[in-house]
Amino acid sequence: MTATQAGPQGSSTDTPARETRIRQPGVGGRGRAIGLLNGGFLLFWGLITTLPLVWAILSSFKTNGEFRTDPMGLPGGIEWDNFARAWNAANIGQYFLNSVIVVAMSLTMTMLFGAMGAYVLARYDFPGNRIVYFMFIGGLILPVFLALVPMFFVVRNTGDIPLIGQFLGLNSYLSLALVYVAFSMPFTVFFLTAFFRTLPTSVAEAGIMDGCTHFSLFFRVMLPMAKPGIISLALFNFLGHWNQYVLPLVIMQDGDKRVLAQGLGTLAANTGFRADYTALFAGLVIALMPVLIVYLLFQKQVQSGLTAGVLK
Amino acid sequence: MTALRHGKYPFILAFLLPPVGIYVLYMLSPYVQAIYISLTDWSGLTASQTFIGFDNYVEMWNDDQLRTALRNNLILLVVVPVLTVMLALFFASMLNVGGRGRGQAITGVRGSSIYKVVYFFPQVLPHAIVAIVFAYVFAPENAGGILNNILEAIGLGNLTQLWLGEPKYLIWIVVLVMTWAFVGFYVVLFSAAMQSIPKDIYEAALLDGANRMTTFRKVTLPLVWDTVQVGWVYMAIQAMDGFAIVHIMLGVNGGVQGAGDVLGVAIYRAAFAQSDFGYAAAIGVLMLVLTMTIVVLFFRVLRRERVELA
Repeated sequence: MTATQAGPQGSSTDTPARETRIRQPGVGGRGRAIGLLNGGFLLFWGLITTLPLVWAILSSFKTNGEFRTDPMGLPGGIEWDNFARAWNAANIGQYFLNSVIVVAMSLTMTMLFGAMGAYVLARYDFPGNRIVYFMFIGGLILPVFLALVPMFFVVRNTGDIPLIGQFLGLNSYLSLALVYVAFSMPFTVFFLTAFFRTLPTSVAEAGIMDGCTHFSLFFRVMLPMAKPGIISLALFNFLGHWNQYVLPLVIMQDGDKRVLAQGLGTLAANTGFRADYTALFAGLVIALMPVLIVYLLFQKQVQSGLTAGVLK
Repeated sequence: MTALRHGKYPFILAFLLPPVGIYVLYMLSPYVQAIYISLTDWSGLTASQTFIGFDNYVEMWNDDQLRTALRNNLILLVVVPVLTVMLALFFASMLNVGGRGRGQAITGVRGSSIYKVVYFFPQVLPHAIVAIVFAYVFAPENAGGILNNILEAIGLGNLTQLWLGEPKYLIWIVVLVMTWAFVGFYVVLFSAAMQSIPKDIYEAALLDGANRMTTFRKVTLPLVWDTVQVGWVYMAIQAMDGFAIVHIMLGVNGGVQGAGDVLGVAIYRAAFAQSDFGYAAAIGVLMLVLTMTIVVLFFRVLRRERVELA
C-alpha cells in the first residue's frame, strides 16, 4: 500500500540509531578500505547514470561545429537557436502539444473510469463481480505486441462509425487516449480495488445516514478518501502515457499528429542526414523537462507509486 | 447498505460501463482477434481473410531472422534480470546496511538518499530518450561517440570500435542499455525491503562476529528474497519488450544483418512494413506463450520457504 511504502525512503540516514557498545568487525583499517571501495562503486554507478544525460544536455547548448570538432568538451556559450530550431523546424513544439492533449485526456479518463470501476468492484456485491475483476487483472500479463495488429484495425474501423467516427479512427487524439486508457485499466483497477477495500466502512455508513446517494457517496466521500492512492497512481500513469512509444507509432501515422517520444525517435533517425545534431539534443532536453520536473517535485510519491506496482 | 438498496444495479452498471467498455473494445477484443488473425494470410488490404491453419506457425519455424529475434529475446530474458538483480542487490545493501561506524551498528553510507534519487531517474525517462542517448554513447568518435572518446582519453584507444556496426555486439549493447535503465528501480525496491528488516537482527549478527559477506548471505538476502522474486518476474516481462530501444538505436530491421532484432520489432516489421498481418499476429501468439511460460516457471522454480518477520 502506498501509505506504508512512502515511509522507508531516506529513513536510513535519519533513523536515530541506538548507541551500541559491541565490537564492530567492520570498523578497523581493513573495514575502512572496503568502505572506500564500496563508496567508489556507488559513485561510479552514479556517474554512469548521470553522465550520458549530462552530455546530452551540454550538447544541446553547443553549435554544430563545436559538437563535431569537440564532442566531449564544454560548450563555448549557450546556443539558444538549437531550441528554436528544434521547436519549430523539427516540429518538436507540435509534438509537445500533441502529447499534452493526449495525456490530459487519457490521464483524466484513466483515473476517473479506473476509480469508478475499482470502487464498484471493491465495495459492491453483485453477480459477476469476480468475473469482471479477473477480466481486468488478466490483462496484466498480456504482451502489448500481440494486440498491436488487431488494435490497429479496431481503431481504423471506429473511424467509420456514423456521427462519432469523425472524432475516432487513426490519427485521432481521442483514439490514442482511449487506447492508453484501455491498456492502463488492468493495473489501475487492480491497484485501486485493493485501495478502496482498505478504506473504513464506518465513514461510508455515516454518509448513508446523511442521505447520500450512491453517486454522491462516491464523489463526496470515497473519492476524497482515496486521494493518496489516486495521486501515486496518477503519477505512475502520467509517466507511462507520456513515455509511450509503440502505441502512438501504430495509431498516429500522420506526421503532424506524432507525440513527443515518437517524434523524437523519428527526428533521431533523420538527424544523420541533416547533420543537425544539436537541434536533436535540444529536442531531447525539451522532452526530458516535464519528466524531470515531475520526478523532482514528487520524488517520493513517484518512487513509492512505481515500486508499489511490483509489490502488490 | 440497506438504505441504499434502491438504485444499486443502475449505479453499478453506470460505473462499470465506461471502464469495461473501453477495455473490452481496445484491449481485450484485439487479443481475441489476434489469435484468429494468426491463422490467416491477411495482408490487411482485403476485406476477406483466408484461413490457412497453422501455416504461419510453420513459416515461423523456418524463419532464420525470427530465430535470431527469439534468441535475442531469450538473452534479454535471462541476462538482463541476472545482471540487474545482482547490481541492484549490491547497491541496495551498500546504501542501506553498508555503512558501519560512528557508533552505529547498521546504517546506510553517507549520501544514500541522494544516490537513490539519482539511480532511480532512468526509470522515469522515456525509452525513446534512453535509446537516442545511447545511440550516441556507442557512435563513432566524430559523431558524438562518448564511449570511444573516453577509451581514447584513458589510453585504451586500441579498444575503440564501430560498436553499432558489429553484428555480434548488438544484442549485448541492448542488454547493457536495458540494465542501465532498470537497476535504479530495483535499488529503490530492494532498499524498501531492506529497511523493513529489524535492526536487532543485524546487531545479533554483529555480536556473533559475522562479516559483511556473511551478513549479506545469511541475513539480508533471505529476508528480501520475496521481493527479489517478484521483482524478477516483473523484470522478465519488461525485458520481453525492448521495442523502443531496438527500434530507435538499431532501426526497424534490428541493426546490421538484423543481428539485434527482437520479437516486438519483428511483429511491427511484419505488420506495418511488410503488410503480413497474419504472420505478425502469429509472432504475437509466440510472445504470449513465452510470457506465460516464464511467469509460471518463475513462480514454480523461485518459490522458496517464506521467511516471516516476527
